[in-house]
Amino acid sequence: MTTTDHMSNEETASPGTGDVVLEVSDLSVTFPSDDGPLPAVREVSYVLRRGEALGIVGESGSGKSVTSMAVMGLLPKNARVEGSAKVLGQEIVGLKDEQISKVRGNRIAMIFQDPLTSLNPVYTVGYQIAEAVLAHRKVGKKAATARALELLELVDIPNPEQRLKQYPHELSGGMRQRVVIAIAMANEPDVIIADEPTTALDVTVQAQVLGALESARKETGAALVLITHDLGVVAGHVDRIGVMYGGRIVEMGPVEDVFYQPRMPYALGLLGSLPRLDEDRSERLTPILGTPPSLLSLPGGCAFAPRCPMARDLCHEQEPRLLATDGNGERVSVQVGDTDTHTSACHFSDELENAQPTDLFRGTAVEADTTEAAEEQAEQAEQALAEVDGTSGGAAGGSGREAVLTVRELVKHFPIRSKGLLKRRVGEVQAVSGISLDLYEHETLALVGESGCGKSTTARLMLQLIRQTSGEVHYRGQPLHSMSPRQLRPLRRDLQLVFQDPFASLDPRMTVADIVAEPLRIHGQGNGTARKRVRELLELVGLNSEHGARYPHEFSGGQRQRIGIARALALNPKVLILDEPVSALDVSIQAGVINLLEDLQDDLGLSYLFVSHDLSVVKHIADRVAVMYLGKIVETGTAEDLFRAPAHPYTQALISAIPLPDPVKERTRERIVVTGDVPSPANPPSGCRFRTRCPKFADELSENERVKCVEEPPELVDRGAGHPDACHYSRAVELF
Amino acid sequence: MLVYTVRRILGAIPILVLASVLTFVLIDVSGDPLTELRMQQPPPDPSVIQLQEERLYLDRSMPERYWLWITGIGGHGDIGLLQGEFGPSTQSNSYDIGAAIAERLGTTLRLVAAAMVFALGLAVLAGVISAMRQYSKLDYTLTFIGFLALAMPVFWFAGIMQQAGVAFNDLVGDQVFATIGDGLYQAQGEDLWGRITNAFAYMTLPTIVLMLTSFASWSRYQRTSMLEVLNSDYVRLARAKGLPNRVVIRRHALRTALIPLTTVVAVGIAGIIDGAILTERVFQWRGLGEFFITAVEANDSYALMAWLLLSGVLVILANLIADLLYGVLDPRIRYE
Amino acid sequence: MSEKKAPVAPRSADAESVGGVERTQFQMILSRFLRHRAAMVSLVVLFVVVAAAFLGPFVWRWDHTVHLEIPPSVPPNADHPLGTTTAGHDVLGQLMRGAQQTLKVAFTVSIVGTVVGSLWGATAGYYGGRVDGLMMRVVDVFMIVPLLVMVAAISGNVRGGTTWYAVALIISFFAWAQIARVVRGVVLSLREQEFVEAARAAGASPGWIIVRHLLPNAAGPIIVAATLLIAVAILLEAGMSFLQFGIQSPDISLGQMIGDARTAASTRPWLFYPPGVLLVVVCLTINFIGDGLRDALDPRQSMVRR
Repeated sequence: MTTTDHMSNEETASPGTGDVVLEVSDLSVTFPSDDGPLPAVREVSYVLRRGEALGIVGESGSGKSVTSMAVMGLLPKNARVEGSAKVLGQEIVGLKDEQISKVRGNRIAMIFQDPLTSLNPVYTVGYQIAEAVLAHRKVGKKAATARALELLELVDIPNPEQRLKQYPHELSGGMRQRVVIAIAMANEPDVIIADEPTTALDVTVQAQVLGALESARKETGAALVLITHDLGVVAGHVDRIGVMYGGRIVEMGPVEDVFYQPRMPYALGLLGSLPRLDEDRSERLTPILGTPPSLLSLPGGCAFAPRCPMARDLCHEQEPRLLATDGNGERVSVQVGDTDTHTSACHFSDELENAQPTDLFRGTAVEADTTEAAEEQAEQAEQALAEVDGTSGGAAGGSGREAVLTVRELVKHFPIRSKGLLKRRVGEVQAVSGISLDLYEHETLALVGESGCGKSTTARLMLQLIRQTSGEVHYRGQPLHSMSPRQLRPLRRDLQLVFQDPFASLDPRMTVADIVAEPLRIHGQGNGTARKRVRELLELVGLNSEHGARYPHEFSGGQRQRIGIARALALNPKVLILDEPVSALDVSIQAGVINLLEDLQDDLGLSYLFVSHDLSVVKHIADRVAVMYLGKIVETGTAEDLFRAPAHPYTQALISAIPLPDPVKERTRERIVVTGDVPSPANPPSGCRFRTRCPKFADELSENERVKCVEEPPELVDRGAGHPDACHYSRAVELF
Repeated sequence: MLVYTVRRILGAIPILVLASVLTFVLIDVSGDPLTELRMQQPPPDPSVIQLQEERLYLDRSMPERYWLWITGIGGHGDIGLLQGEFGPSTQSNSYDIGAAIAERLGTTLRLVAAAMVFALGLAVLAGVISAMRQYSKLDYTLTFIGFLALAMPVFWFAGIMQQAGVAFNDLVGDQVFATIGDGLYQAQGEDLWGRITNAFAYMTLPTIVLMLTSFASWSRYQRTSMLEVLNSDYVRLARAKGLPNRVVIRRHALRTALIPLTTVVAVGIAGIIDGAILTERVFQWRGLGEFFITAVEANDSYALMAWLLLSGVLVILANLIADLLYGVLDPRIRYE
Repeated sequence: MSEKKAPVAPRSADAESVGGVERTQFQMILSRFLRHRAAMVSLVVLFVVVAAAFLGPFVWRWDHTVHLEIPPSVPPNADHPLGTTTAGHDVLGQLMRGAQQTLKVAFTVSIVGTVVGSLWGATAGYYGGRVDGLMMRVVDVFMIVPLLVMVAAISGNVRGGTTWYAVALIISFFAWAQIARVVRGVVLSLREQEFVEAARAAGASPGWIIVRHLLPNAAGPIIVAATLLIAVAILLEAGMSFLQFGIQSPDISLGQMIGDARTAASTRPWLFYPPGVLLVVVCLTINFIGDGLRDALDPRQSMVRR
C-alpha cells in the first residue's frame, strides 16, 4: 500500500489539502416499477475536492448516471432519494426545486451524453449560453452575450461570433458538445459532472472535446466528475476513480492504484476483458462470465458474487463494505475525507495483491448465458464445434491464400432528392468512392473508419444488399455485381452478415429458434433438420439449446448478439461480414463475443470482414486492416505493420486518439491531433479528401507541396512504409 | 423562408386539383339531380326533362362537365369556377349558389373561429396541466373528460346544452342564453354593448358544443407532446442550467411542444366543419349547414360541389398556414 | 459457482415447451390488457350491449316498427320500459334495432377500412420513393375532406334511400385513409429494421419478408387503429342519420332516433336520452378498449395507465 500511496502523491495534483466541494454520503436512489422497487443506487459515498477530477466507471445499469442526476436534483419525482449530497456544504437532497435551481448551473453544472439532443432546437446557440449566464448573474443581455462569446472561444469553437447566431442543427456533434461544455462553464462552477460526454462522438472528435473540457476546467478551476464506461477515457483525465457495480461503488482510489493494483475481482475482470491498443494480439481476452445483475433481484451477498471466480459462501451471504486493506492484509475502514486510500468492496481483496486478470478469469473462453450452467455449456460448445466441423467439410486450412471476395473500384452514390412530389435529384452523397479490397480465406480483414466514412455501405455492397453505382464484386470468381436477385440467392448461403445492434436485428415477434432457423427455411430445409441444426448452432455460440423457445427480449445484449451470430452461421457460410458486432455491448460482455468470433473462425475456417470504428478491438482481432476516410481507403496493410508504423496522417491521428486504459502511458504518449469535423460526403474536398483536417498539411507542408494535395487525389500505393497508403507525403511513424 | 413558402403553396395545388376531381366524380356518380322530376306523377313531358337536362348540362359527358365546371368555356355563362360561377341550381332557376354561400359564410366562420380559438386555448392549458401532473387525480379527470368528449355525438350534446340553457334561463328568470337562431337579425341596430351581450347570448352554447371534440383530441395531443418534451435532454439541460421551473416549462417545454400542434389543429378544421353543420342544425342557425342540408335534400349537385370545394379550400388553406407557421416556429424546417 | 444445475429437460418435452412459451408472449400481452381496468370494464359492457342489440330482438315483444297496439307517447312503464313514440313505436325495440344497425355499419367500416387502408399503406411504405409520394397525396386528399359532410352529401344524394351496407360502404370509402397513414408509417420504419435486412441477406424474397416480418410486426398498431376506427364510424353514421341522410325509415339507427327526438328533449325525454347514452357508452367502451390494446401491444404510447 505504501508504494501506491507514494505514487499517487507524486502523480496527482495534490488534492489532499484542497477543501471539499462535493460530498456524497450514503446516497441511495430507488425507483418504483411494475415489478417492485428498483434500487438503482445503493449507499454511495464519495468526496470531491476543489480542482480534483474523479472518474466514475461502470457498465450500463450500474447506477453511475443516476447517482449524478441525484446530486443535481434532476431525477424524476417518483424517484426516492435517501442519504445526503452536499455541494459546498449545502445539502441538496430533500431541497425544493426552486432552491436547488439556485445551485444548479451556478456552483454545480452538468454535461450530458448526447449533444444532438441536449440543445433546444428552436433557440440559437448564443441565446442558450446567455440564458445560463442570466439565470445566475444580475447582468444585462449584452453582457451575457459577451460572456457567451468568451465561452465559445474558451472551448475552441472557430468563428464564435457567427456561431452565436446559429441554431443547434447547423452545428456538428462535436461543436454542439462544446457548446454544452460552454454552458456548463458559464458561471464558473466548482463542480462539473460530465456524464459520458464523448460516448456519442467519433474518436478524433472525442479527443478534441476532451481537450476542450480540460482547458475549460483549467480556466475555471472546477472539479470534475467524469462518468464513463470507457476505461481509456478516465485513465488520462482523472486523479481518482470509483468503479460502480450493481448500484454500488465497489472500488475507489487513486487512478494508478485502481488500474495497476485492482483490489476487487470485478475491476480486475474489466481490465482483463479490454482489448488494448498497446498490447499484442496473441493475448486472449479474459471475459467475465454471466451478465450484470438485475437490480430487481439483486443477489443476497456481494452483487458480483454470481460472476466472481473466487466467490465463497461468505460472498453469497454478506455484502462487503467499501474498506481499505492495511499492510497486514486486514480490511479496515477509512475516513470519508481520506481520498488517498485505495478502498474496495471485496471480502477477500487482500488475495488480489499483484493478481493478473488471467490468474482469476482463466478458462472462461465461452461465456455462458447463465452462470450456473457455464461449465456444462463450455463442454457442450466444444462438442458442438466438433460436430459442425465435421459437417462443414473441414475448411479450416488457412494457409492457402486465395481471395474469396474481391472488390474492384466500387462506387456508391446515394441521390439526394428534393422533397415534394417530383423528388428531383438535387445532388448525391458519395458514400463510397472507388474502393478495392481482397478478402482471403480464413483471415480477418478489418474495415476501419469514423461514422459516415462509408464502411457500412461498403459491407452492404459486398453482400449486394444494395447495388453499386459502379465497380465489381466477385465471390470466388462469380460476378455478384451483375447477378439478379434470383441468381444471388444460392450464393447468399456463403455470405452472411452480423449486425451492430443486437436489439434491432432480431425480430421481436419470433422465437429464438425461429430466428436462427429462418435462413434454413428460406433455403428450403425441412422442419426436422432445421430444428436439429438450431440446437447445434445455439450450443455452438454458447447458449443453452433449450432457450430456442424463448423470445429475444428475454436475453441480454451479449446473448442476443450470440443469437445473431448463430443465425449467420446457420447456412454454413464461408464469409461473415461483421458490422460493428461488439460496439453496442458492455466491455465485460464484449470480450466473450470477441473470443467466440475468434474460436469460430479457427474451427470453421471462416473469413471475416470486420467493420468497426474501434481500433483497439480491430488490433485484437484483425489480420489485415483497411482504413477508410470519406469513402476512400487511405491506408491498408497487415494489422501488425499498420499499428506499429502507420504512414497516413489520418491513421496516425486515429491511433493516437484512442485512449489507452493505462494512466501513465495515456498521460505521457505522443499525440497527433486532427482538428475540425469530417466534411460532408455530398461535397468532399478536392484532391486529397483528408487535407482539410490534415495536421501535416496544416503544419509541415510548404505552399508548393500543398498544391499537390489540393489538386491531385493521392493513389493508394506503397510509398516505402512497407504497405500501401494514400498520402503524397506519407512517412511511417512509430507511435508505441 | 421564401423558397419554403413558395414550395408549400405549389405543393397545395395538386391536392386541390385532386380534391376537386374527387368531389365532382363522387357527387356526379352518386345521384341524379333530376330524380324528383322524373319520378313525378303524372310523368312530366319529355321536353320538360330535356330542357332541365340542358340547363343543368346533364346532356354532356362527365369529363366535359368537369371541364365546364372548372372553366365555364362553352356554358351558358352560369358555370365555371374560374369565372366565379358555381353552376345552375336545381332548387330554382334564380337560385344563385355563390350569393347564397356568401350570405351564410360569415355566420358559419364566426362559429368555427370562436370554437377553434377556445378549443385551442383550453386544450393547451389542459394538456400542459395534465402533463405536469402526470398520473395525478387531475390528470385522470382530464383524461376521462377527454375520452367522454370524444365519445359524445355532437348533435346529442348540443341538444343537452340546449336543454341546459333553457333550464338555466328558467332558473334565473331571464333570457341569458338564446337557444334558437344565430342572433344576427337581433344584433342589427344595437350599440356595441348590445352587440356584445347579443353575441354572448347566441354564441356561448354553440361554441361550447362545437369546441368539445376538438378540445378533447387537442388536449390529449398536447399532453403527449408536452410529456415527450419534458423528458427530453434539452429540458434536462435547461434545468441543469439552474433556470427556475416555470421558465423551463414556458420557455423550453411549452414553446417546443406547441410546434407539432399547429399541424394537428390544421387537420382538425375538417372535423370542426363537420361539427358546425350538426351544431347549426340543432341551434337552427342560418349558416352553411342549412345551405348544405337543403342542397342535399334538393339533389343540388352544383351547390354541393361548391360547398365541398369551399370546405376543401378552407382546410387546405389552414394546412398551408400551419405549414408556414411551422416553418417560423421551427428553425430546422426553415433552413431545410 | 453455485451447486445448482439447470435441469436438463427430456427430449419429448421440447415440443411442449415451445408451445408453452408462445403462450407466454400472448399471455404477456393479455396480462397487460387485463391490468387495464377501464378496458376490461369496457369489454364487459360492450359485450352486454352487442348481445342485447343482436339477441334482444329475438326475445323482446316489440320490434322497431309501428304497431297499432302500442299506445302513442307513453312515458316508460311496465309494458314499455323506455316508453313509446308519438307514432307508436316501442322505444326499447327501436333502441335494440338501432344499436344493431349502428354496430353492423361500424364493424363493416372497420373491417373494410382496415383491409383497404392496410394494403394501401403497406404498398406505399414498402415501395417508398415516388410510389409512396403519389399514394400518400391521395391519402392527404381523403384526410382533408370533412368526413361527415362528404359521406352525408353522397348518401343523401342517393335517391330512394340507403341501406345499412350502403352507408357502411360510403363511410369505408372515406375512412380508410387514417389506417393507411398508420400502416405506411409502421412499414416504412420496419423496412429499415436490421432484422428485415438480415432476412434479405439470407436470401428472403419480398413476399417472405412481408408475410414473416412486416405483417406480424405491424399487427399491433393496425389492431389498435382498427378498433378506434369503429368509434369513428359509429359517430359518423350517427351524424348522417341525424341529418336524415343515413339509414332510411322504416329502418332505424341511433342517430336517427336522436334526430327524430330533437325537439322533444324536454317534453318527452325518454325519446331523446336513451339513444344518446347508448351511443356514448358504446364509443367510450371502444375507445377504452383501443387504449387498453395500445397499452398491451405498444406500451410506450398509452394514454391511461391502468
